[in-house]
Amino acid sequence: MKLQRKSGLRALTVGAVAITGALVLSACGSDDNSGSTPSNSASSSNSASSGTGSNAAGISCATGKLLSSGSTAQQNAIESWVKDYQQACSGATINYKPSSSGEGIIDFNNGTDAFAGSDSPLKPEEVAKSKSVCTGGTGINIPMVGGPIAVGYNLPGVNNLVLNASTLAKIFNGKISTWNDQAIKALNPGVNLPSTKIQSVHRQDDSGTTDNLTKYFKGAAPADWPYEHAKAWAAKGGQAAAKSAGVAALVKQTEGSIGYFELSYATASQIPTVKINTGAAAPVEATTANASAGIAQAKVKGTAPDLALDLSAAYTTKADNAYPIVLVTYEIACDKGNKADTLALTKSFLNYIASDAGQAKLTDAGYAPLPTAIATQVRTTISALS
Amino acid sequence: MTTTAPPPTTPEPHRVARTVSRPGDRIFAGMARGSGILLLIVMAAIALFLTVRAVSAISKDHGNFLTTFEWTPSLNPPVFGIAVLAYGTVVSSVIAMAIAVPIAIGIALFITHYAPRRLGGPIAYVIDLLAAVPSIVYGLWGALFLVPHLRGVNLWLDDYFGWTYIFHKQDPNSAARSLFTVGILLAIMILPIITNVSREVINQVPKMHEEAALALGATRWEVIRLSVLPFARSGIISASMLGLGRALGETMAVATVLSASPVLSARILDPVGGTFSQNIVAKFGEADDFGRDALIASGLVLFLITLLVNGAARMIIQRRKEYSGANA
Amino acid sequence: MDAKQASGRPASPRLASRHLPRWSPPAIAAGAIVAAVAIGAGAGLSSHIQWGLIALALFVAGSYAITARVEGRRQARNRVATSLVWSSFILAVIPLYSLVETTISKGAGIVDGTFLSHSMNNVLTIQPGGGVYHAIIGTLEQVGIATVIAAPLGMLTAIYLVEYGKGRLAKWVTFFVDVMTGIPSIVAGLFILSVWFVAFNKAPASGFAGSLALALLMMPVVVRSTEEMLKLVPNELREASLALGVPKWRTTVKVVLPTAVGGITTGIMLAIARIAGESAPIALLVFGSAAINTNPFKDPQSSLPYYIFEQYNNGNQPSYDRAWGAALVLIAFVMILNLIARLISRWKAPKAGR
Repeated sequence: MKLQRKSGLRALTVGAVAITGALVLSACGSDDNSGSTPSNSASSSNSASSGTGSNAAGISCATGKLLSSGSTAQQNAIESWVKDYQQACSGATINYKPSSSGEGIIDFNNGTDAFAGSDSPLKPEEVAKSKSVCTGGTGINIPMVGGPIAVGYNLPGVNNLVLNASTLAKIFNGKISTWNDQAIKALNPGVNLPSTKIQSVHRQDDSGTTDNLTKYFKGAAPADWPYEHAKAWAAKGGQAAAKSAGVAALVKQTEGSIGYFELSYATASQIPTVKINTGAAAPVEATTANASAGIAQAKVKGTAPDLALDLSAAYTTKADNAYPIVLVTYEIACDKGNKADTLALTKSFLNYIASDAGQAKLTDAGYAPLPTAIATQVRTTISALS
Repeated sequence: MTTTAPPPTTPEPHRVARTVSRPGDRIFAGMARGSGILLLIVMAAIALFLTVRAVSAISKDHGNFLTTFEWTPSLNPPVFGIAVLAYGTVVSSVIAMAIAVPIAIGIALFITHYAPRRLGGPIAYVIDLLAAVPSIVYGLWGALFLVPHLRGVNLWLDDYFGWTYIFHKQDPNSAARSLFTVGILLAIMILPIITNVSREVINQVPKMHEEAALALGATRWEVIRLSVLPFARSGIISASMLGLGRALGETMAVATVLSASPVLSARILDPVGGTFSQNIVAKFGEADDFGRDALIASGLVLFLITLLVNGAARMIIQRRKEYSGANA
Repeated sequence: MDAKQASGRPASPRLASRHLPRWSPPAIAAGAIVAAVAIGAGAGLSSHIQWGLIALALFVAGSYAITARVEGRRQARNRVATSLVWSSFILAVIPLYSLVETTISKGAGIVDGTFLSHSMNNVLTIQPGGGVYHAIIGTLEQVGIATVIAAPLGMLTAIYLVEYGKGRLAKWVTFFVDVMTGIPSIVAGLFILSVWFVAFNKAPASGFAGSLALALLMMPVVVRSTEEMLKLVPNELREASLALGVPKWRTTVKVVLPTAVGGITTGIMLAIARIAGESAPIALLVFGSAAINTNPFKDPQSSLPYYIFEQYNNGNQPSYDRAWGAALVLIAFVMILNLIARLISRWKAPKAGR
């Protein structure tokens, strides 16, 4: 008799677990975060107006779910776009996984993503691979988000550091190893530089940010950067950290360190950034406005519909207030042969983010909008996606 | 007469069960057997998959898989090797074991022999619970709390033991994101596991042995040294091996704490190096098909190492006579 | 007490050997601390950890010297062992306490009704807000499915090993269960990923893929614990049942299993607690999602450990706060499962084991 009661117990516990699960499932969980915190409501009031009249905001809605992944450089931009889009368009779920440019392209070429975000345009072999997921077409680069790559440093007592391309390249290549090196002193007259060793911090994962920084080194100081530009860090020495966030956190923690990341990470963690001596009248600070001026020099080098940009003019610019270390992140989608079930949503979302309203959001988030000429081409390309 | 009576009784039930073969019996036995076979198939499948893909990756490796430092399967031609990973895995695990095993034995003895009885129970219980703290939480704590707080310890080691070279910190300013920190974090993670198992083993030491030693006038330490530790030795070793297995395969806690780079340094305070599983989780996202195969190859090596360690632990346990009520 | 034991030695020249008074260890400790503070302050050592280490060394050395003088070498060694055991305990308590304390103090501020009932949908990661609801759902479903797969299979395998297993097959199964116990979780994730690619020709991005990997990790644990528990069931019970003419399968189901049910359930709960904290395979398999997805078979999900990893990677203060909050929720979840398991095992422990 006692034994029988016990045999029911197993079923009972399994049942209990299931019931607990079901209870939680049916509890009032919510995706609606619009009013959950005061700090959100400030920015959502902005989008509430667009939500009430979606036409007014220029969002023509589509529904469904789509997956996308890639660059962390555009994470904050995409998040605020996704938020506005989803609030305006009920029934649309856009899942952007901020992993890395490399991972985004892999996911795209595996057929997981509807579009990918990447800081570097597709390489020829990646284009070739994309043909297997784009029936009848290929993956194309659509420039979308511009921004400065800030070089942040941690030197207590020094908050106005000026460097140029050559010194930066030497620092990251380990050729300059102390902060009171002659080359740094020459650029910062009157600044009391400590004799601390320089800790250069770089990305341990493959990163489009690394790619763009090394492109800049290669473009502006080829003699001091003996490596090819690449997503993987090629130089020896220095400390590695995962993702831009990891680099920023490490710079924040470590005295005497210097690292590179998107401007938003510097702002968020209050890390001072290096001003670049480009040869212009005054050293240029990493700001969105200055980056826009840099990006304005960009030219489209891809053949339509591919809009890969050539930023080499920006790297060597001597124009006043034009920040040279810039990156433009691309959205990567198929020109033809996008997956049928996500095509409408992809086009609708990309249309919104390339629109004037969408691009206007960028400055708030620490990014630079596209130059008008390029933005027009982008919109044409997006509306032709099929 | 009484001695001849038992033998027929034991085989009899089996014979009854076998002769009257009922469908229920056959179905149930089949299910039990089936799930055993399924498990075998799954394992074989894992082994086969990993091996096939690993071999195909290694055969295309233009570096030496065992001695190359870099992990760049995306290059053309691909070059990747496990030297740094194997070194990092072994070093961090050895550090973890060197710290965790003595302390774990200490705690186990503390709970069983030193703590006031009213304290021992709750402490054992709390340590039991700590064994269940997920590794990602250790990783979070390690990266956000332990790393900043270990800087001082690192500098201190560098100051006083820098002459050993092992504890020389090449760059005193660099963050404590080193194999040494990883080792400490792993030690903290495996401490509860080793403690738990050791404590249970020590609890099984026959009270008679200890009382006999006490009766001979042994001090508490002599009791432990002469009657507790010899009895529990194999159990403690296998507990340590279990902990080692955990440390070798640990992923997230290492990935959040270590500054990985393809550099092999005997100076354990330098923020360089890598481990197998850290490398997999860090490189996996950006890996294409071939890169994944390469990572699988490294996973296979980790698998083999873990297998060896666990096998050794199992053999040590097996040597002790196992008590079984059923199939004795 | 030791002194009393020692005094009972017939070989001792005196009946009552000299021994230190009871208050001597605290006195030596106090002396060591005072001396360490004096040395530390005198030598200008800034780190208080060093002060502590000096105090500890002084205490061990001092108690050895004093005891050796008064009570003899054996007692002195005993004292040193005692202080080492105590200090190893204290050494271990510090980080473990710090871990729990940090998680609770940083997590408690953020865990509230909103945090538990909201997802990260439409939340900018650089701002505070949002919650873990979607991750809790993901964890519950993935762990649930893993349990549904692994628990019956594991139990049946254990029954096979204990009740039927003889010969080569059983040996192989035992061996491979051991092998499986040692699979690093990341390797299990890689395996499922490879199979998924072969089977569906695309990367997995669903909770189900994650639960398959979790099931792989859970199965050997269930087999092991169930096996141990079944072995504890006395043969007399089986024989009595069989002697009554009950078929073997009914004996197993109605007599053996119920006797061991407490231990088996405990084992399963502990296995669940173990896999609930797994993040490595999840990171490879479920893609992650900011919105609630209650369907584990379609579209990406999140999970608590993955959520922590994700928020950690965002690398800003609001995200760190959320990570601590989620860590607290996860620890609470795992601890509750542990507590339940322990209660069941105490309540239903096999009484006839001896």
